[in-house]
Amino acid sequence: MFRFLLTALRNGSFVTGFLITSIVIAMAVTSFFWTPFDVTDLDIAAKLKPPNEVNWFGTDHFGRDIFSMIMVGARNSIAVALVAVVIGVGIGVPIGCWAAAKGGLLDESLMRGNDVIFAFPALLSAVMITAVFGPGAINAIIAIGIFNIPVFARLARGASLSLWPRDFIMAARAAGKNKTRITIEHIVPNIANVVIVQATIAFALGIILEAGLAYVGLGTQPPLPSWGKMLSEAQTMMSFAPHMAIIPGLAIVITVLGLNLLGDGLRDVLDPRLTRKHD
Amino acid sequence: MIMFLIRKILWAAATLAVASILVFAALEIVPGDPAEVMLGINATDEAIAALREDLGLNKPVLERYLSWVTGMLQGDFGKSYTYSVSVNELVADRITISLPLALISMLISTAIAIPVGLYAAARRGSWADTGIMALSQVGIAIPNFWFALLLVYFLAIWLQLVPAGGFPGWDVGILIALKSLLLPALALALPQAAILSRITRSALLETLGEDYIRTARAKGLSRRATIWNHGLRNAMIPVLTIMGLQFAYLLAGTIIIENVFYLPGLGRLVFQAISLRDLIVVESVVMMLVATIIVINLIVDLAYLWVDPRLRHRG
Amino acid sequence: MLTVDNLNLSIGDARILKNVSLSIEPGKVLGIVGESGSGKSMTALSIMQLLPDASMTAGSIQFNGQELLYADDEVMQDLRGDDIAMIFQEPMTALNPVHTIGDQIAEGIMLHAKVDRQTARTRTIAMLQRVGLPVTHYPLSRYPHELSGGQRQRAMIAMACVQKPELLIADEPTTALDVTLQAQILKLLRELVEEQDMGLILISHDLAVVADITDELVVMRHGEIVDRGPTKAVLKAQKHPYTAQLAEASSHIPERSQQPIVSSLAKEAGLAPMLIATKLTRDYPVKRQSLLKPNPPFRAVDNVDLTIYPGQTMGLVGESGCGKSTLARMLLALDRPTSGSIRFDDVELTKASEKQLVAARRNMQVVFQDPYSSFNPRHKVERLVAEPLHLEKGIKGAEKRDRVVAALEEVGLPATALSKYPHQFSGGQRQRLAIARALITRPQLIVADEPVSALDVSIRAQVLDLLTELREKLGLAYIFISHDLSVVRALCDEVLVMEAGRIVEHGTASDIFDNPRSMAAKLLVAATPNLERSLRTRTDDEDGKEGEREDGQ
Repeated sequence: MFRFLLTALRNGSFVTGFLITSIVIAMAVTSFFWTPFDVTDLDIAAKLKPPNEVNWFGTDHFGRDIFSMIMVGARNSIAVALVAVVIGVGIGVPIGCWAAAKGGLLDESLMRGNDVIFAFPALLSAVMITAVFGPGAINAIIAIGIFNIPVFARLARGASLSLWPRDFIMAARAAGKNKTRITIEHIVPNIANVVIVQATIAFALGIILEAGLAYVGLGTQPPLPSWGKMLSEAQTMMSFAPHMAIIPGLAIVITVLGLNLLGDGLRDVLDPRLTRKHD
Repeated sequence: MIMFLIRKILWAAATLAVASILVFAALEIVPGDPAEVMLGINATDEAIAALREDLGLNKPVLERYLSWVTGMLQGDFGKSYTYSVSVNELVADRITISLPLALISMLISTAIAIPVGLYAAARRGSWADTGIMALSQVGIAIPNFWFALLLVYFLAIWLQLVPAGGFPGWDVGILIALKSLLLPALALALPQAAILSRITRSALLETLGEDYIRTARAKGLSRRATIWNHGLRNAMIPVLTIMGLQFAYLLAGTIIIENVFYLPGLGRLVFQAISLRDLIVVESVVMMLVATIIVINLIVDLAYLWVDPRLRHRG
Repeated sequence: MLTVDNLNLSIGDARILKNVSLSIEPGKVLGIVGESGSGKSMTALSIMQLLPDASMTAGSIQFNGQELLYADDEVMQDLRGDDIAMIFQEPMTALNPVHTIGDQIAEGIMLHAKVDRQTARTRTIAMLQRVGLPVTHYPLSRYPHELSGGQRQRAMIAMACVQKPELLIADEPTTALDVTLQAQILKLLRELVEEQDMGLILISHDLAVVADITDELVVMRHGEIVDRGPTKAVLKAQKHPYTAQLAEASSHIPERSQQPIVSSLAKEAGLAPMLIATKLTRDYPVKRQSLLKPNPPFRAVDNVDLTIYPGQTMGLVGESGCGKSTLARMLLALDRPTSGSIRFDDVELTKASEKQLVAARRNMQVVFQDPYSSFNPRHKVERLVAEPLHLEKGIKGAEKRDRVVAALEEVGLPATALSKYPHQFSGGQRQRLAIARALITRPQLIVADEPVSALDVSIRAQVLDLLTELREKLGLAYIFISHDLSVVRALCDEVLVMEAGRIVEHGTASDIFDNPRSMAAKLLVAATPNLERSLRTRTDDEDGKEGEREDGQ
């Protein structure tokens, strides 16, 4: 653990990514009990103000404080992307491990099922779900979550398949351990790294997707602010209030950048022995 | 090789069939009566009954599914309830915008990403490599619709170089039409190019560590010739995979981008259909996009055959 | 022709080569022998100027009067593949998988000889014919994956020799190959040296491999040359203790008490065998290539009968692909046979459930070939070695630890190893750990699948000693699988020779070694590197030659 921290602190990507991610999460958590202004307070008199000392990021067309909206929006983005990652990992990884362990027809059919889901980008699933159930944040979570499942299933299957013919798995089988037990004891710990790295990337992608869905009105619904919705509201006011579009966009970029850096850093920091052949 | 081809084509067909069942089933689970949903709460009972008859909702599920599928196979996507025209007509118009948009952005993305990625890998560790990697890291983090907004703000509103949105139609001349697709295509392409360039770079770097690269150098090939003759084609294998996935993403991405630029493509159609609760149009457009994605994946699979001779001998 | 003078090399802070000096003349073969990490490959890469980026070199490498160490890459590109060529160890990865063999060979010709495609093609065909890949059987349009390991190494030699280089460097060209292929490749190299009057630097970790074909020998250790001279003299004098150590290791036979052959004793005494396999067959389906007819299945193991008595050491030899590992997997109940039966301790393994197998598994353990992949990299030794203990119910905590410590002691590892990870051990130590893991359930039979093939000769000798010692102490029976007859003879009393899935010969180890009857066994015996034998034959025919040479001077 100590060695892990030491290598981690020497890794620039990891430190930067970790700091950015922590700040965004801290903002989101803080927003539950404190924001500079109430985001439901409309103050038409103070509308469309560019960034200033009082409203650090300015105000929108209803006079709401954009900094406060960004804080509350962070909460929403993180929640949607995180739950979607949990769905992807929670369903995809067991499916991938199961397919790799059993092989044969089961493997083939699970992976073909994956191919079918792969043909539905998150946006298309969201379109269908919205068409059927109406818009809402839950739809965004389900759509992105479904999109994540085959990603993790393929990853887990590929990584497990490369482990199964290894001698240490053979030795475990010769020691009489069944496939479930081998999967839990030997496979899962050895694929955890790649799954964790992919999870941070899926998290980042989830934030972009959530913003996109909210932007076209398929995600979070009013009155809760979300980054994507802020952008769609800003669109018509681009020529006279560009800060309304630039600030939420930067929030997305910085958050996603932070997560990607964290993922890159983790890839290096977490023991790379599996990817190396012989040392 | 023939077996590989046949297998892949059969799988694509099977995937298509399963996907069509999924899309169809999605409409089956609409809570309540689809006709009521489509007509809204104020509809009269007669109108609902008429629509039910029109939609064939009184027939058994299997029969409806089969007639839907056979209709699509013959190029008949049914009739839009709200527009009162055949879906074919609606879609045929819109797809001439969405598909070119996706293809052009794929082209731009590939044309930028592959040379840049190769350049960075060949000069690994140089300031150019570091710069490209930093830039691409930021590029990946930019949502394409926000990038689109920025492009509109700077190039269309500020500098007034290009139209901010809308589409004049292909009739006014290909160049003018293409010009109005340029910004949306760029907005879609650049974030994808950032990803693809990183993939290209790491694929080539990985390839350059292989033993046969050393063999080529031992043969007397220069560094450049080694990369060109021995590195490139091997590095293209993972790049192709990502390109296939990206096309699906781009095609879906057009739905959002069309809304930024007010382009009358499939995306706009879908959102109008959702707000009008025109489920048949939604169903048809989604199915069409899914089918395109499956076909593209099939093409990627076939491209593997060309790149990787090892696959040609598998059954 | 080539003179290396006081070559020093460091990569980062590590000094890889220290004052290495050597030279070679046309038509001669120079052997460089040393263990992994001795710097022998780096010496070769220095001559090719293909060192890793962070390398710092000093000294001088003169090739026909030209200094290579500070030469421009353009100069080197003209030399490489034309005047100096190189062959690498791993034929599976050294050829580009997406280009045909013909294209890869012709590429070098067109580059250096500046001839058109047609001429290059003609020369490629001629060269491939020469290395034993005639175009009638192996068209130029073959891809590397369509050739076997030995064929790929031939293609690699064709690629290296097609421009008739003055100097050829072969870095462990046969280490990845079976002994029979090794013998063929070495013979081919020797012939090419004479035909083309080129110099050959042959790098190996095994003295026995280079003993036959080299004129001069250099022994390296820790980046330094410790012994050198004409091959015969070096091998005869074994002046440096390290040379002696390498020579001993390469033909090492562990000391063991002379005892009669176990199986005949057991048969006489009417004892029951512990393992009986009858008519074992394993088919693998072959993916269909044609729409019309399915491919017949591939028969990996074909009607094999096998009996093992307690305390018996049975060797199983054969080329790679002969089915010996498949057979081992079936005996271990890791794979089910298509037909046939395996009875171990009166349990029918082929039909038993995992629960019924518990006793059998406890009594039959396994050691694998690759010490690098046989341990979960994330577990510590205590957990790794204890893994088979779950076959015994209720062993926990202190008792478990005591058992692990005892097993470690058995294989000569200290108790401090308990809390270490596998990557903290060397290859030889890891193989000891693997043996400790196999011993922990106190089995009667150990199946060892090529347990020393991945090890350097000196480490190999130690592991063979350990296996012999354990056998004597614990009365173990072994099924010992290898492609190398000399290793099998070092350990086993009896040998089964396998070819294409069948057992073709069965006898005592010395019988098969001295008097092989089947073709497969004859080939294996002839191909097995044998330091004493080559020393003997060389002394005979070279004494005459040397006399002539002295006369001439």
